[in-house]
Amino acid sequence: MSSDTSKHSGSLLALSDRTKKRNAAEKRFRAYGFCAILIGLAMLLVLVTTIISRGTGAYQQTFVTLNVELLESKLDKKGNRDLADIKKVTTFGYNPLIKTAMKTAVEELGIAHNLKSKALAGILSKGAVGQLRAYVIENPDMIGKTVEFRFLAQSRVDGYLKGRVSRDSIANDKNISAAQLDLVDALVDAGVIAKTFNLDFILGADASDQRPEAAGIGVSMLGSLSMMMVVLALALPIGVAASIYLEEFAPRNWLTDIIEVNISNLAAVPSIVFGILGLAVFINYMHLPTSAPLVGGLVLTLMTLPTIIISTRAALKAVPPSIRDAALGVGASKMQAVFHHVLPLAAPGILTGTIIGLAQALGETAPLLLIGMVGFIASNTPETLADGLLAPNSAMPAQIYEWAKRADPAFYERAWGGIIILLLFLVTMNTVAVILRRRFERRW
Amino acid sequence: MSFVKLTASALAIAAVSATAATARDQVQVAGSSTVLPYASIVAEAFGENFDFPTPVVESGGSSAGLKRFCEGVGENTIDVANASRSIKEKEIKACAENGVTDIIEVRIGYDGIVFASDIGGNSFEFTPTDWFLALSDKVMVDGALVANPNKTWADVNPAFPAIDIQAFIPGTKHGTREVFEDKVILAGCEETGAFEALLHGAEGDSAKAKKKAAEKACISLRTDGVSVDIDGDYTETLARIESNKDGLGVFGLSFYENNTDKLQVATMSGIVPSTDSIATGEYPVSRPLFFYVKKAHIGVIPGLKEYAEFFISDEVAGEDGPLAEYGLVSDPELVETQEAVAAENVLGGNS
Repeated sequence: MSSDTSKHSGSLLALSDRTKKRNAAEKRFRAYGFCAILIGLAMLLVLVTTIISRGTGAYQQTFVTLNVELLESKLDKKGNRDLADIKKVTTFGYNPLIKTAMKTAVEELGIAHNLKSKALAGILSKGAVGQLRAYVIENPDMIGKTVEFRFLAQSRVDGYLKGRVSRDSIANDKNISAAQLDLVDALVDAGVIAKTFNLDFILGADASDQRPEAAGIGVSMLGSLSMMMVVLALALPIGVAASIYLEEFAPRNWLTDIIEVNISNLAAVPSIVFGILGLAVFINYMHLPTSAPLVGGLVLTLMTLPTIIISTRAALKAVPPSIRDAALGVGASKMQAVFHHVLPLAAPGILTGTIIGLAQALGETAPLLLIGMVGFIASNTPETLADGLLAPNSAMPAQIYEWAKRADPAFYERAWGGIIILLLFLVTMNTVAVILRRRFERRW
Repeated sequence: MSFVKLTASALAIAAVSATAATARDQVQVAGSSTVLPYASIVAEAFGENFDFPTPVVESGGSSAGLKRFCEGVGENTIDVANASRSIKEKEIKACAENGVTDIIEVRIGYDGIVFASDIGGNSFEFTPTDWFLALSDKVMVDGALVANPNKTWADVNPAFPAIDIQAFIPGTKHGTREVFEDKVILAGCEETGAFEALLHGAEGDSAKAKKKAAEKACISLRTDGVSVDIDGDYTETLARIESNKDGLGVFGLSFYENNTDKLQVATMSGIVPSTDSIATGEYPVSRPLFFYVKKAHIGVIPGLKEYAEFFISDEVAGEDGPLAEYGLVSDPELVETQEAVAAENVLGGNS
């Protein structure tokens, strides 16, 4: 009894030991939570700064401005400007033009050097000849004249201007010499070589191992886009139809229970499994073309479907039964009640789920490995919609993976650059999802 | 809700996929990741110089590529398989069972395999014997075969520094592994006399079977964590070496030449690997690279024969071509290969 009274004898204003303990525990918990957020933010900061510091280099590229004399004696020996004859000169036939142009340019600037003409031309990208040939075929009238071109510099010159390559690091490199770098320094001073923004990285096609400076992510971006179109066109209607049926029409019995459990199971299946399935069903059995974004889209549809079904069902469930009852009460049919009242109210939730599902599919690489979308694939820009779906193409994450494993370190920079674009897409999609939910979601 | 529109577009896609079986207009290539850089260089130049679209080159390994190659004839099978080894009898048989009978074998040149350590680490001058003593699971000690006792490189060869042996070698799915076993480990096995001892103790009905068993025993490597199989690409091996300065890795010559700022190359039997020393045969560890063409697809897939001929033309695969610049050792018998491709000679004679 006495102890009981002593417990209550404390003042309301003075905290008892137990309250102090509880308060301390609460404070501690808040501190833990705050720390957790700080750790998360710190990791995000490290990730973002790494990506940006390593990737921004890819958006700048070193170019060499050069006057090239399009010698008739090399390009059109017969002098009749017949396109068939001009096309017979391969890119290898354009090498002498580049060498001469480079030599003349250096001589005109009065830069002293002791480089051979091959080493001089070696400052330029190996793609320069291709650029020259494409121009000549497009403008055969220009043969015999001198034209100013803007060529890419080779990846090591580019790396030198970006600080990735130094004179020490190229000591054993046979792709470039210190003498070439001296010349590059002189040409930079003369304004012939300059680093500018590189739109081709965003819009261009993949390039072979010898010309990392020419590689771009544009074509694989189109591949990703085509796949997302297929996913949206298939997964959204199928997913929504399936969930409306399950939620509004299907009787509750053991069969629908099994279906429900299995949809949840499907959502947890690793994506590589869908890749193997896609290879077996779409390519080997249905004989759809390999490396086609259509097949990639179909595989990703399978992967996205459960996400869409689960979020759609949750959105439908969130619509209060009173809405359905009211509609049915005034004489609407079940279908009218669903399509006129329930579905519009559930639409924001459905859209959010769809966008998140698409964002997931956009970043997926594993299933694409098996259906042949990784490699030197994204080299032709698709011209029509059917081409975009059926012609071989890669996807952004697959392209990044491919770049990361190539030998030349210049590709590594481009992989980081690609990650920036991919992240931008993902952030945009997720932001749209959040905005849609904020603006249209109704709570009851 | 534009439900109708969405359904319509879904139907449209289904219709498009129904017409998917129509003609394919670009060459499709798959196979060895060692050949991939060369094939992509050729494919790019091919797209630039011809009116055909740029061929598509997938990687995945020699065996995977040849398996897909042998899946059958038709537009949804690949036209060309790249390989860092020659096709096996077993694979030719599997091909024939699926109707792929006429196969054109094209040797594009030679590729060197180099041993390299971190640029800030120790430099080495190897012989095959050193590698055998470092990595084999059984070595000769005082005339008897015992489990490999060597822990540091100094145990292997007193000239080497006393650092722990740590080697990153290509995994068994790589064609490079086979060359490493044949040209380095087996050579070391024979030199140290372990081969003799193994042959003596080998079981088998014939001399040939005994020899095979002994060779197999020779190339079995120790499994105590000293040698690590790398199943990924050379970039993975490079990453391992960068984080472990004492590690040694096995690379392709062209990969090393692109990363000379991070790696230092070891000599083998006193020879520095380079395209020249490999071409003359002085540097021992090299292997031929191939691609295989389905003859049945020539004339069906536009540009296939042109691609094959372009690949081995003097301008591309010759001594001054872009492939040699990238690290391929050009084939001294290129002219014969060119003639064979022009005549469409198939494996096992023309049928």
